[in-house]
Amino acid sequence: MSAIALEVRDVIKTFETDTGSINAVDQVSFSVSHGEFVALVGPSGSGKTTMLSILAALLTPTSGQVLIDGQDLARMGEAQRVALRREKIGFTFQSNNLIPFLSALENVEFMLRLNQRFDKSGKLRAAELLSRLGLGERLNNLPNQMSGGQQQRVAIARALIHSPTLVLADEPTASLDTERAFQVVQTFAALIHENQRAGIMVTHDLRMVQYTDRVLQMRDGKLVKIYSDKQEILALAKGE
Amino acid sequence: MYSLSLATYLALKEVWRNRGRFFLVSLVIALITLLVLFIAALGEGLGTNNREYISKVDGQLVVFLEKADYIISASRLNQTTLRAVRRVQGVEAAGPLSAANTAILLPEQKVLKVSLLGVEAGRPGAPQLQAGRTFLSATAREAIVDQRVLDRSDIQLGDTITIRSTQGTDDQFYDLKVVGTTSGQAFFFQPSIFVAPSVWEQVRPKSEAELNNTTPAINIIIVRASDPAQAAQVQENLLASVNNIEVADIPTTINNIPGYSAQQGTVQTQGFFTLLIGVLVIGGFFQIQILQKVPQIGVLKAIGASNPVVGASAIIQISVVTAIGVAIGGLLTYLFSLGFPPTVPLAFDGKSSAFAIAALLAIGPLGGLVSVFYAVRIEPLKALRLS
Ligand SMILES: Nc1ncnc2c1ncn2[C@@H]1O[C@H](COP(=O)(O)OP(=O)(O)OP(=O)(O)O)[C@@H](O)[C@H]1O
Ligand SMILES: [Mg+2]
Repeated sequence: MSAIALEVRDVIKTFETDTGSINAVDQVSFSVSHGEFVALVGPSGSGKTTMLSILAALLTPTSGQVLIDGQDLARMGEAQRVALRREKIGFTFQSNNLIPFLSALENVEFMLRLNQRFDKSGKLRAAELLSRLGLGERLNNLPNQMSGGQQQRVAIARALIHSPTLVLADEPTASLDTERAFQVVQTFAALIHENQRAGIMVTHDLRMVQYTDRVLQMRDGKLVKIYSDKQEILALAKGE
Repeated sequence: MYSLSLATYLALKEVWRNRGRFFLVSLVIALITLLVLFIAALGEGLGTNNREYISKVDGQLVVFLEKADYIISASRLNQTTLRAVRRVQGVEAAGPLSAANTAILLPEQKVLKVSLLGVEAGRPGAPQLQAGRTFLSATAREAIVDQRVLDRSDIQLGDTITIRSTQGTDDQFYDLKVVGTTSGQAFFFQPSIFVAPSVWEQVRPKSEAELNNTTPAINIIIVRASDPAQAAQVQENLLASVNNIEVADIPTTINNIPGYSAQQGTVQTQGFFTLLIGVLVIGGFFQIQILQKVPQIGVLKAIGASNPVVGASAIIQISVVTAIGVAIGGLLTYLFSLGFPPTVPLAFDGKSSAFAIAALLAIGPLGGLVSVFYAVRIEPLKALRLS
């Protein structure tokens, strides 16, 4: 059993709205190990994005604890949280992922620049990673010269290049056709496994969970079911 | 510092990849620069043309008739006052200045309007010679002319010029030999020609009543103190021992040139408002740009770019675009200034141009300040929520 990368303990996030307060995330606990790829599924409004924002130290939980590599996010100052996002977390967002004035390669390299780790070998690794994601011909394209799916793959490379502990992906396949979606998630899973990252992918598309090691199902902010048996996961992916 | 180089990288990449758009902004700044520099040059030129002669006289004090309110044309003094002034303690030398307007006849029925100034050779108020010599006698029909007269006509040193003055109801014509030249001696917006006092009295325009005058009328007396540092003391001595006069130093005299202060004030106000418009235009542009960039900045922050990086990048970008604009504007101004006729009173003086350029370089960052604050305050959460 690998070491624990992420630990979530009794996290609650309450939003105050005009109509009253709602618990977008309600008493959620789970953990993810290095080398483990986890899917986060659930109907719209079930709290997936809220959960992801909390894990990314973008949102502070109302109560509960989040530990990344044993470090408690709540005990960090804002500057430390920024450093944590830059060093230990890789992100892909649903859209508007990339810096529009940087090429595919530069977008990936930028993650290394942020971490003061940009050099010749970094540049080479960035190009290799992009090639592996099928973008070897697109290294110098600007985001607006690429399809949504290509941009998504650049974002995946950016989320992995700096060897983060935790990789968070919000709906990475939303703008891909089925064929591409399978391919991208498969590569994503392989990279996470190879490099011993802890990956969490939010998805609407249950077919994608077949490449993950565990599926966390949310409803109304609660973690209602965890699938960790491979057979169960495959059945879920087939819609059974 | 690492954040700074990262910020510079971001700022320059963005400018380069959107160079068309940023160049347009630079062009707007260039036009504002052109305008501001021309206004500054015009202010300097107008000011120079008004005060040039007075600011160069070899003296520290100016004596006016009492209640003339330091206005040269309103002051009427006489030889008695001049002699009295010369006897005052601390006065090293004093020279009369008599001022009038006349016109030099040029070929093809053209005329050149000039200031006709009566001065005593070798006394304060007489111009510094550039070439030639001064008047041989107090009655010789000789003139020292400003270089601008030569620039605007074909007249040369040694030529004889004809001036036209209206005396009573008749036009009279007088010949004067150009025996000397001087430079930079504009008086009330006109280039000057200098003659001896009694010649001045003979050839100046006169009203019917003045036709029989032979003793030269004096407008003001320019006084050189034995010790320039003691000018204030000499001023008191003058007021105490000479009747019916008022005394001013040179800056006061200049500021009381009719219209001078108002003119300079107008030009400065124009310059100020042009700069203000510049601040608003640049501020508006960068503010709109930041609003469009909210998701992008959210992503930057979400992946770990710190606020100093985001803020510095915005400031660097604005500064670069402004600097390019000011450089283009400066170049345009230079090119335009080459083609301007000498009659347009433009004076590109180093000090006022440098001040204008400093102000222009400041307007970019000043205008962009709001947008920088805005950028720094964008929440990284936007990256997720806007998706
Ligand atoms: N800032 C907020 N203020 C108030 N309520 C919020 C806020 N953010 C989210 N919510 C609410 O919290 C709940 C969970 O939202 P969240 O975006 O996490 O759902 P989700 O599972 O990501 O949905 P989807 O699949 O549609 O993206 C929703 O009911 C939402 O309306
Ligand atoms: Mg969501």
